[in-house]
Amino acid sequence: MIDIINISKSFNNNKVLDNLSLKIEDGSTCVIIGRSGCGKSVLLKHIVGILRPDSGKVMIKGKDISLLDDKQMDDLRMKIGMVFQGGALFDSLSVADNVGFGLIEHLNLRKEELLERVEKSLSLVGLCGIGNLMPIELSGGMKKRVALARAICINPEIILYDEPTTGVDPITADGINELIRGLHDKLKVTSIVVTHDMRSAYKIADRIAMMYQGKIIVQGGSAEIEHTENPVVHQFINGLAKGPITETTGCSR
Amino acid sequence: MIKNLFEDLGRKFISFLYFLGGIWNLVFQTFYWLFIPPYKKERIFEQAKKAGSDSLPLVSLVSFFIGVILALQTAVLMQRLGSEMYIASIVALSLVRELGPVITALVIAGRVGAAIAAEIGTMQVTEQVDALETLATNPIRYLVVPRLIALSLMLPVLTLYADLIGIFGGYLICVYKLGISSSLYISITFNNLLFKDLFTGLFKTVFFGIIIALVSCYEGFNVEGGAEGVGRATTRAVVNSFILIIIADCLFTAVFYFIFP
Repeated sequence: MIDIINISKSFNNNKVLDNLSLKIEDGSTCVIIGRSGCGKSVLLKHIVGILRPDSGKVMIKGKDISLLDDKQMDDLRMKIGMVFQGGALFDSLSVADNVGFGLIEHLNLRKEELLERVEKSLSLVGLCGIGNLMPIELSGGMKKRVALARAICINPEIILYDEPTTGVDPITADGINELIRGLHDKLKVTSIVVTHDMRSAYKIADRIAMMYQGKIIVQGGSAEIEHTENPVVHQFINGLAKGPITETTGCSR
Repeated sequence: MIKNLFEDLGRKFISFLYFLGGIWNLVFQTFYWLFIPPYKKERIFEQAKKAGSDSLPLVSLVSFFIGVILALQTAVLMQRLGSEMYIASIVALSLVRELGPVITALVIAGRVGAAIAAEIGTMQVTEQVDALETLATNPIRYLVVPRLIALSLMLPVLTLYADLIGIFGGYLICVYKLGISSSLYISITFNNLLFKDLFTGLFKTVFFGIIIALVSCYEGFNVEGGAEGVGRATTRAVVNSFILIIIADCLFTAVFYFIFP
């Protein structure tokens, strides 16, 4: 279980996370929605330990990750795959080296075994035989899929997705949604997806949590969120220009 | 007006302190990771190739013309004094002790340092540095250590090469323009060069390499914003490397002056 307990984080006196708490059950898919720049990605970076909270703690499998030493943190990170918004593929490495990066760096696998795992990960995202290409030769959708292949290649128990459908056409976006759902069913991983794409959220979520002003203001199943009476959530999920979010200062980032 | 001037100076001073603090932190972490195996040799070779063999054409061009210019400028005075034969030792000593190391370091700071800052800066803004961390790979170990090793090893080699090319440039002027015999030029050059001249010249380039690697990586890691931020970081990497190289050169020259008078 991932248990985020009262975490706060500020950047230059700008409070991005404000006593935020959230629990995510093992094997579930939690979608975190919220306006662009409201700190959703910052929250993901706290879960993977790239950022440390000013106060509060992130517990993964019962351990406070801020208390882990470098070795323990690396071991934990090898159980977490992260898919970045723009893919964050390493420009200087081929697709195969990108996908197998975690294995190359940390496991002494035989070359055949390594290639086999890379190819298996690529086939899971529907991209067989492109290992020799460089990231610059890929389309936006392919980059996201390769990033997903890189995340699953280390056999993670948790996958974090940062805006997986942003910047791709609706058909590709739906393909990515199905991929996320399919991987979740096949690999039985815990997934946390940050997005502001409601179509995507309804399609893949077991639970949806709405982030607003540094806090989780509402969480529940897709149907609960869809029929909520909370005016902030209502404005957001219906994409209305007028409402409580735009009347107040709203998200600070 | 004066208040603004002091505020501006104060801000610059504070940002300079931040820079020093950041560099010191990077130095500490880099040297920590430097001594922790395993080492990925291929990554060091790749960086050594980029910094070393790929820089040979530019270093050749610059050092050749420095040698030519030095010989021509010295010739003006030496011809007046009727001591043309000393041009060889002046060219060799100037190049080996001072100009070779500093010019090579400045060329490498401009060519390789800028590339490092731009590459790491782009990795920073496209979240590739964060991606390294999520893949349990320390970015300093992966990005900085190979560059530091490569630059601190390649700079002395490039400097030695630049010294020889510069001396060759001076040789062409002296032999084909001023009519000094080839064998005389070569014998004067190497008879007047002492081991300490070579040592003092090459020793400091190891530190110049460390300065270029650390400053460029630091600026790359601290990029803020998009393409504009990368551009600013690249400029800062080159300018700050230049400044620190000149300061370090001054310190080394002063220290060597007293150790090897």
